[in-house]
Amino acid sequence: MRITTTVNGEQREVDDVWEGESLLYVLRERMGLPGSKNACEQGECGSCTVMLDGVPVCACLVAAGQAQGREVLTVEGLAEPDALHPVQTAFVDAGAVQCGFCTPGLVVAAADLLRQSPRPSDPEIREALAGNLCRCTGYEKILDAVRLAADRLAGEEVAR
Amino acid sequence: MEFLQPSSWAEAVEAKAACPGAVPVAGGTDVMVGLNFDRRRPEALLDLTRVPELAAWSEHDGRVRLGAAVTYARVIDELGDRLPGLAMASRTVGSPQIRNRGTVGGNLGAASPAGDAHPALLAADAQVEVESVRGVRVIPVADFYTGVKRNALEPDELIAGIWVTPPRGPQQFAKIGTRNAMVISVAAFGLALHPDRREVGTGIGSAAPTPRRALNAAAFLAGALEDAGLWESRGKLPDPLAREFGERVRGAAAPIDDVRGTASYRLHALAVMARRTLAWAWNDYQKAA
Repeated sequence: MRITTTVNGEQREVDDVWEGESLLYVLRERMGLPGSKNACEQGECGSCTVMLDGVPVCACLVAAGQAQGREVLTVEGLAEPDALHPVQTAFVDAGAVQCGFCTPGLVVAAADLLRQSPRPSDPEIREALAGNLCRCTGYEKILDAVRLAADRLAGEEVAR
Repeated sequence: MEFLQPSSWAEAVEAKAACPGAVPVAGGTDVMVGLNFDRRRPEALLDLTRVPELAAWSEHDGRVRLGAAVTYARVIDELGDRLPGLAMASRTVGSPQIRNRGTVGGNLGAASPAGDAHPALLAADAQVEVESVRGVRVIPVADFYTGVKRNALEPDELIAGIWVTPPRGPQQFAKIGTRNAMVISVAAFGLALHPDRREVGTGIGSAAPTPRRALNAAAFLAGALEDAGLWESRGKLPDPLAREFGERVRGAAAPIDDVRGTASYRLHALAVMARRTLAWAWNDYQKAA
């Protein structure tokens, strides 16, 4: 079947999509957007987290046809053309990336958290990222990165 | 495989009648896992995410009708005051990503004994509204679960909604797992005190082939509260009473050993959860006086 969907602000159309296919497969294998990672394929690990109509979801659990006409934001769409998203910069600066496989999902989930709650408490951060597993177990640095991004975003607000 | 995408409830019901083998999919948190792992190849998927009727909840004569495709996230955000037990259970589902997609109707459709919504729905005496082109049926949730991952739906029926009465008394929920998030329950328990009708509602999860009530324990507790005048006095709950309630809940379960836990651990956990949820609920009841 044919799927038409808006991905990172751009209308995309793909043909010959199998009816049982996931949005994750469409993004990675048909649209050339491998940022969303394919790990558990059962919604346990969060490494395929994307925004679907503004809500974080596991792309592996969205049937391709369910994304028809919807808006998808992947990790590829977070950065501005000339600058990384503040959460991405903070992950680099805080050393929150080890093997990197969980990073795209965590970055998308963390960016959504800070959009909704600019100064999250630690329990809020833990809850928001509870669906994203890091098997390098780098959680402390990941929490540092989210706090750093929140501080920097708050600083920008003050500077304005 | 076909991908059926009705845009109204009437179309959805017709599509299910025309293709009874179609598997309904909303949040995809169960159905897509089966597809991703090649465990399931239905002749068709029936996508319910474009049926607006299913994504709405409403109130009728003091009861809440929850559309089958209302997500856990929305139950938590919008119904925490009206349906506290179900909202508590919903908070323990998966992760934010899963709660954003998973639905109460999906929990009923999958009918896993481990589904988090079931103990809360059982304790609250919820009813399941199902529909086909032949008509509407309303099934008490306790009769809806018919076996391991089996439910009372006929092949041409879809779950339309869930009816729950906002409680007059406290509700509690407890779930045991290996961590706080992303956990399929090892055992779960839902409790509702119904002081208006002097009854107690219970729901056991992950400790029998189906979610089930602990009827004997509920009748024992309701009668003991009555005999001691505690429904009126809201006095201190005797410890032996809470312990006996826990033991009787344990007696209602029939768990198995599996990868998540042993039968004996589940029985022990249930007795403890029943006693604790009763203490929490009784505390709520005393404070509400």
